Amino acid sequence: MTSPTSEGTGGFAALAQGDRVAAQLYTDPEIFDWEMERIFYSTWVWVAHESEIPEAGSFKMSHIGLQPVIVNRDRKGNFNVLLNRCRHRGASVCEVPKGKANGFTCPYHSWSYSLEGNLRGIPYPDGYEGVTEKRDLPLQRLRVESYNGLIFASFKPDIEPLEEFLGDAKIWIDRFMKQGAGFPVKVQGEHKFRFEGNWKIQLENTTDGYHFPIVHRSWMASVDAETADMLSFMTDEKAVTHALGNGHSVAIMVPEHVDLEEDDGMEELQERFRHIIDELSEIMPQQQVRRIVRSMHGAGYNLNLFPNLSLSMSFFRVLRPISVNETEIQHMALGLEGGPESVNRERLRIHEHFQGPFGFGTSDDSEAWDRVQRGAVANPDMPILVNRGLGREVTVDEGWKTSHVTDETGMRESYAMWKRMMSDEN
Amino acid sequence: MKTDTAEEVVAIDNRPAPQRYEVGLGQLADPLVGRAIELIWREAQLLDDKDYEFWQTLYTEDAKYVIPVDPDTEDFESSLNMVYDDARMRHMRVTRLVQGYSMSAVAAARTSRTISRFTVEEITADTVTLRSAQVLVGFKRDKFQMLGADLTHRIRFNGDDARIELKLIRLVNSDSAVNASGFLL
Repeated sequence: MTSPTSEGTGGFAALAQGDRVAAQLYTDPEIFDWEMERIFYSTWVWVAHESEIPEAGSFKMSHIGLQPVIVNRDRKGNFNVLLNRCRHRGASVCEVPKGKANGFTCPYHSWSYSLEGNLRGIPYPDGYEGVTEKRDLPLQRLRVESYNGLIFASFKPDIEPLEEFLGDAKIWIDRFMKQGAGFPVKVQGEHKFRFEGNWKIQLENTTDGYHFPIVHRSWMASVDAETADMLSFMTDEKAVTHALGNGHSVAIMVPEHVDLEEDDGMEELQERFRHIIDELSEIMPQQQVRRIVRSMHGAGYNLNLFPNLSLSMSFFRVLRPISVNETEIQHMALGLEGGPESVNRERLRIHEHFQGPFGFGTSDDSEAWDRVQRGAVANPDMPILVNRGLGREVTVDEGWKTSHVTDETGMRESYAMWKRMMSDEN
Repeated sequence: MKTDTAEEVVAIDNRPAPQRYEVGLGQLADPLVGRAIELIWREAQLLDDKDYEFWQTLYTEDAKYVIPVDPDTEDFESSLNMVYDDARMRHMRVTRLVQGYSMSAVAAARTSRTISRFTVEEITADTVTLRSAQVLVGFKRDKFQMLGADLTHRIRFNGDDARIELKLIRLVNSDSAVNASGFLL
């Protein structure tokens, strides 16, 4: 067995080779430690959606890699991402997952910080006279930028602008948000679960159209024929995956729902939404009813943003590495801010049907990923294959490598980025 | 029902004898309560045995089976839940669990659950509402899993017949990570 850092191999980079990756990528704790440094602490990582922190003082706890952060909105309307660690003796200053606050006070010795992270108060300050200045000890602030409601942070102060990092993925973020059908998109609730496997197994999965009819056969069998038909993309030539650069990719499963603003009026609205169609038809024009109901299942694709977010049809999938063989997943259900209550409820029911620890889809995904981790320890010299569709991959006018949605173009894009970031040259 | 209102906490040092709950009234000896507990324990056994087809017959047609995410909400309709099943969803869930297409159901943990700490929330002429605590131990691939929950069952009686009209399962970790499982609570 070769060590991942063995000399003359280009370090970790040699472990990802275009059409295959070494199984140690799932199992080697040393690689995991380096991934935290070279990927999670070196790039833009998604931390929140702006609807989760709607007002001045709103905050939520989040993570970047293994490190706990607080994301908040201050009185000027700016987003702050602060390390959740007191500058005195290291205690976390916040253990409330979400809420509203004027600032954060460490429970240990009551050092208190503003929403911007400035150290405002130290009890019994005489002991610090001539020793330390409050202005020198703010909570550590990270770089923060947002795009179309998505808030990202980075440990790297001199990182490229977020919009450059997102690149062509921005087009797909903009299209994704159209499922608000004229209303802002909001997070309505979230499911959270962990599986016993490496984070990249989940990263791959949101661009894996190949597994869908197999792993999710029981879900397909339970939904109405129209919904099942909508997701029958296995032999649909228009269902493709585009590699978008910087590790990002988009897997299109419902080509007719790529741009929800485009409606030629030919598509029949699903009968399962009859009660909503009837209700909305009373209060708004047909065109708007169609817009809302056609958006009920979300956008027709999964947009994978390297390394930790997927905009997945009608929800956000967020991954958080816990250790080399444990990963936490959040599935955030999306709704329409200020939109019809019946629509938001229906969207919650659709989410519950597939997602979450008791969902008809998630539990089977989770089982499959556990199995990958269990199997991958057998002969680590045997590679993991990501070569499906290499023979039919083309480059389209936009410059995106493209193949069928059941192919592994999106995974190859992720691993190309992984390779770039894990190279010793970086 | 909560007891930790500010007034009560302030009064903690000179509290008179408990009045909020009517304790020691012998409600557990009520025949309807006895029948309700019997049904709840039978349900637990059917779930441990994974006899889901029999299990769903214990529910009334309009029954709800709920595993909420939000520990405080009573408005399940407007909230995201882990499970919010009416008869239609319950039936589909059972089909899925038994038909053999779901790999997580096929590989589900063996479970053994204990339900105790019964308290009577309400007794009417034809319903009994009980709260209880459930500790579930699961075992799969060399690992134990433990899930704790506060349960509320509302049982409806119709002559000799007793069925579950509501089952509310508040997992102690409901708003944190709950791992996917191929079994039912």
